[in-house]
Amino acid sequence: MGALANQLPIGLSIAAVLLLIALGLTFTFGQMGVINMAHGEFIMAGAYTAYLLQGFTSQSFLIALPVAFVVAGLMGLLLEWSLIRRFYGRPLDTLLLTWGVSLVLQQLARDIFGAPNVQVTAPGWLVGGVDVLGVRLPYNRMFIVVLAVLCVVGVWVYLTRLPAGRRMRAVVQNRELAGYSGIATGRVDRFTFLLGSGLAGVAGVALTLVGPVGPSLGTFYIVDAFLVVVAGGLGQLRGAVLAALALGFLNGYLEFWTDASLAKVLVFVVIIAFLQVRPQGMFVLKGRTLV
Amino acid sequence: MTLGRISLVVCIVLLALAPLTLSPFRLGLLAKYVCFAIVAVGIALAWGQGGMLTLGQGVFFGLGGYAMAMYLKLKEAGSAGLPDFMVWSGVEELPALWKPFGNPVFALAAVVLLPGLVAFLLGLLVFRQRVRGAYFAILSQALAAAFVILLVGQQGLTGGTNGMTNFSQFFGLDLTDPNGQRAVYAIAAVVLGVTFLVAKLLVRSRFGRLLVAVRDGEDRVRFLGYDPAVVKTITFTISAVMAGLAGALFVPIVGIISPALLGIVPSLELLVGVAVGGRFVLAGAIAGAIAVNYAKTLFSEDFAEGWLYLQGGLFVLVLVFAPKGLAGIVESVRYRLSSRKRAPSTPVEVAA
Repeated sequence: MGALANQLPIGLSIAAVLLLIALGLTFTFGQMGVINMAHGEFIMAGAYTAYLLQGFTSQSFLIALPVAFVVAGLMGLLLEWSLIRRFYGRPLDTLLLTWGVSLVLQQLARDIFGAPNVQVTAPGWLVGGVDVLGVRLPYNRMFIVVLAVLCVVGVWVYLTRLPAGRRMRAVVQNRELAGYSGIATGRVDRFTFLLGSGLAGVAGVALTLVGPVGPSLGTFYIVDAFLVVVAGGLGQLRGAVLAALALGFLNGYLEFWTDASLAKVLVFVVIIAFLQVRPQGMFVLKGRTLV
Repeated sequence: MTLGRISLVVCIVLLALAPLTLSPFRLGLLAKYVCFAIVAVGIALAWGQGGMLTLGQGVFFGLGGYAMAMYLKLKEAGSAGLPDFMVWSGVEELPALWKPFGNPVFALAAVVLLPGLVAFLLGLLVFRQRVRGAYFAILSQALAAAFVILLVGQQGLTGGTNGMTNFSQFFGLDLTDPNGQRAVYAIAAVVLGVTFLVAKLLVRSRFGRLLVAVRDGEDRVRFLGYDPAVVKTITFTISAVMAGLAGALFVPIVGIISPALLGIVPSLELLVGVAVGGRFVLAGAIAGAIAVNYAKTLFSEDFAEGWLYLQGGLFVLVLVFAPKGLAGIVESVRYRLSSRKRAPSTPVEVAA
């Protein structure tokens, strides 16, 4: 029982990391149907931003969060503007295209920062933890959970309460009609990509709390994050949240019960089994399109 | 004689002459490219003809490769011995999973059946639920990720990160001897030829037309009374078997099989050649796979970092400017030439 409870914060923090990454994907993949394999490299860019900023001020970690959002967001904007917008309606080609970009970005990081991993020192107030009912809650992992919650709330407010979010949903639901109604769909696309990529940057800063930073940082998480989107349902915020929680705990507990290598295979089997029941993920946008 | 026929004959002659002119080292490299070309035929079938972007071909390549490597290792260790890596990782008794692989017939069957079975199961479960397009691509990629993590984790069974290496015998052929290497190359070249022929026949058959129809309008095919899931599953299985065969040949040719050859990135690299050569044309995919891997060797010898830039850049360029690959460029040039010739006599045909 004690071990079971101790595994709880670990599962929760895996879930939070996955959720942070999947949130960005909800924008780029869910809203726009673009499979951005370079999303992992935007995470990496966010993490390196935190690395570069540390030492400038005592609160560099908190400053890194918005800066990483802007850095990764601008990278995403550039990618959308230069390449991806030529590929709408060709999702499989976008996948390959962005993978090519991701190869180049990884090598670029290797050339700039060197192949070995670097370490970001966590700020003092995130070192240590607190015991609650005999369960150790490390501050750094709790911070990631809080950050994920804040981001989810932010995205929810944006999508449902703000005019810009309404425009984005309009473009997703009916691009042509939105265009006729006077929405600049191209600009909405670019902004969607900026937001999604920016969230990847924030996730990257959060990841520096739980591990070292290296050129292939993003590749470790990107597949799992895509699985979250697949299991959660396309473009569904609540689906992403639930699926991230489920996958996080599944990963955490399976690794604990079996071993890390078997856990990955079991997670894959569980997802395939889940798709037998709900092939389109947990939540489906009801529409009249044929699926 | 058409252009296609001529280039086919030229290719066969070149592949047949290679053992006479190339040094053993270069021939070994060519044999490796031939392995990748076999995988490319399978990818061209699944992706080009069937529209299934499979990002997990490394898994099937690996299943074939490991099945072959297990047999070769057991053969080398003798009747009582253990494979060398098991001794190093402290395994004392031969694991039950390994025992049947001492039998050559079982091992050869496993090379074909193991990848086929995994692909069949995955394909059936996924396609039956109409999970397709990008979703299928992501799932196949997740499979590749899980497979590699499993291989690395089960050190005592699979040799872990190092995989298996040091093979000197291949069904009586001495792999350290140039003649043995030539023989292995010949086998690989013949397998490539057979794979190409099978794929070609499949594409030209009724089934092939159905496959293209499923790619271009899955729902329409379903309304006509066919089951697209069956068509896709069969094709995916065939493409996996081809990858498995290539993996099994890769082991005696290159002398190693390890997780580093099978993960997400290697699986995607297998696609690069197909995309560059032209995914819709089988011969284009083969030529692309050989050319891209040759380029990789060239660049890795001189400046390794440059290759990653070049590979990524090449991919982007091809997708932006020539989505149908080199074969698409050749086709459009031929179309323009022939339409110019025919234009005066049959203008109606050109317009149509």
